[in-house]
Amino acid sequence: MREITLSQAVNEAIAEEMRRDASVFLMGEDVAEAGTPFKVLSGLVEEFGTERVIDTPISEPGFVGLAVGAAMTGARPIVDLMFGDFIYLVMDQLCNQAAKQHYMSGGKLTVPMVLRTNMGATRRSAAQHSQSLQALVAHIPGLKVAMPSSAYEAKGLMKTAIRDNNPVVIFEDKLMYQDKAPVPEEEYLIPFGVANIKREGTDITLIGTSSMVQVAEKAAEILALEGISAEVIDPRTIVPLDEATLLESVKKTSRAIVIDEGHQSYGVTAEIASRLNEKAFYHLDAPVLRMGAMDVPVPFSPALEDLTVPTPEQVAANARKLCAGELIHAA
Amino acid sequence: MAKAKSNTEDYLRMYRQMVRIRTFEDNANQLYLSAKMPGLTHMYSGEEAVAVGICEALTDDDRITSTHRGHGHCVAKGAEFKQMFCELLGKAEGYCRGKGGSMHIADQSHGNLGANAIVGGSMGIATGSALRAKLQGADDVTVCFFGDGATAQGLMYEVMNMAALWSLPVIYACENNGYSEYTKTEEIAAGSITARAEAFGIEAHRIDGQDVLAVNDLSRKLVARARRGEGPFFMELMTYRYHGHHVGDINREYYRSKAEEKEWKENRDPIIRFRAHLVSEGIATEDDLDAMNAEVEKDAAEAVAYALDAAYPDASEVDMHVFAA
Repeated sequence: MREITLSQAVNEAIAEEMRRDASVFLMGEDVAEAGTPFKVLSGLVEEFGTERVIDTPISEPGFVGLAVGAAMTGARPIVDLMFGDFIYLVMDQLCNQAAKQHYMSGGKLTVPMVLRTNMGATRRSAAQHSQSLQALVAHIPGLKVAMPSSAYEAKGLMKTAIRDNNPVVIFEDKLMYQDKAPVPEEEYLIPFGVANIKREGTDITLIGTSSMVQVAEKAAEILALEGISAEVIDPRTIVPLDEATLLESVKKTSRAIVIDEGHQSYGVTAEIASRLNEKAFYHLDAPVLRMGAMDVPVPFSPALEDLTVPTPEQVAANARKLCAGELIHAA
Repeated sequence: MAKAKSNTEDYLRMYRQMVRIRTFEDNANQLYLSAKMPGLTHMYSGEEAVAVGICEALTDDDRITSTHRGHGHCVAKGAEFKQMFCELLGKAEGYCRGKGGSMHIADQSHGNLGANAIVGGSMGIATGSALRAKLQGADDVTVCFFGDGATAQGLMYEVMNMAALWSLPVIYACENNGYSEYTKTEEIAAGSITARAEAFGIEAHRIDGQDVLAVNDLSRKLVARARRGEGPFFMELMTYRYHGHHVGDINREYYRSKAEEKEWKENRDPIIRFRAHLVSEGIATEDDLDAMNAEVEKDAAEAVAYALDAAYPDASEVDMHVFAA
């Protein structure tokens, strides 16, 4: 199978959906000729023109608001938020407007829009261009949240997002744009709420989101050398969450670590760990462990920044302790 | 296209719609005062000529976005009393199945994209609706209603900039009722409000919002021009809010005098003024108009009685409509 980058996969997904459905259009800062600073959207304006690939002013609340209104009246906008950190700027439009319209109107209004943005530290971009803020939006009823872990997921999830009748936020890890993965030539979609078992194992379940899937896979390789069999699961969407697959795995392995690049406190890892504790407690041989980013603003200095994000070695070390029956957070 | 308001039928409909709004609000206020309505609400009384003058220039295909003070927009855009009172009382037959209430009432069948409880929160939605119209080659126009208080929100300037850059068919209708919640507008708004729109190259008009014919005349012209791609436009409509910020804001002399309220109610009331015009022009007699008022009051009383007896939504609806299918 051919291999393409995550960036190309996103581009292909959007192009295919724009060819399929004339109501789909793209809007954001420097999305047209510039193709975004990451060049993810290069070439789209040449095919679809400036009517459907619209460069906006640097007005995040404004253009996200426009997308909400366009979506409520029959278009299917994709808005590009250049950095995930800018979600703070658009919180009212996303959480008070987009997320609630369907419910507040008793099901009469719908907001079929996609907000694609990014996440991920270790790009030496400091505290306002490095955050992974998926927990903020996953907290809000009415928003779906997808976290592709490879080019394959990025394409299939994007196409599903564009066809979904709800506001969907997609977080792409900006350090993975050039990562290649096998992606079929023929069309495919990846349904929301269906986790992917990346690697089967029997001793411990490693649940990772986005780039943390790679971290979990590398940890599993380290552990395999020591005779520990780790199962790696990628939820692919955190809203909706495929709880059944996660629970089934944990009931089998009796141990779990949840890994996500958002801050650990009150985060995605906490939510998933809590559900596993509530619903699989009597199957567990160890506390479910959370591994998120450190609860610090992302520092600039490489010497500090690299300390803030979970690594395969840290995941393996924690897995080793859990499997040995050692408490990691002893009182 | 909107019909020219040059015949009896259209004038009488405008009068009737203004009376319907006032009557709706009087009943809503009574429901609040008698503790029959959950929560609270914001009265549109006094501002009727704005909603009616503008909405009578629109068709059902044209969209509006509304505000927390939105009952007037909803009625003027064609909504029925029964579903509106049901919504205010949280009943299943309400426009939003009781999930929105007074501050989120929406009636998409008549192009009302909904009231919004975030001040200025719908400006993006209205402008986005206009962007959709332009992209899809549709000729509908979107009117964004908001108050003077919302002119302090940054979103307004972001979306007006884009609307002007892209010539979108949107009309920003600023209902300047003199008060931003409990504070005089002059204390929160520097300079001129219309000049802010003009800074983006948007044609702006300041108009007496208590004169329904003047509002309607200007609206028809601007709507027609917006349909032709000459938008966006901005209207500042000088009006007055008879009640407090909300129904519970009763003792308000610390920010507004009773003499001022009396002056607006007695000498500038949009319904009294238009009624006098209809009679003096021989379009209707006092008896005709009294009969119309009585009919509207009867409709409202029946709708209130219906809504009070109507069923609440079933508990199973609580997690319904979080996501669309």
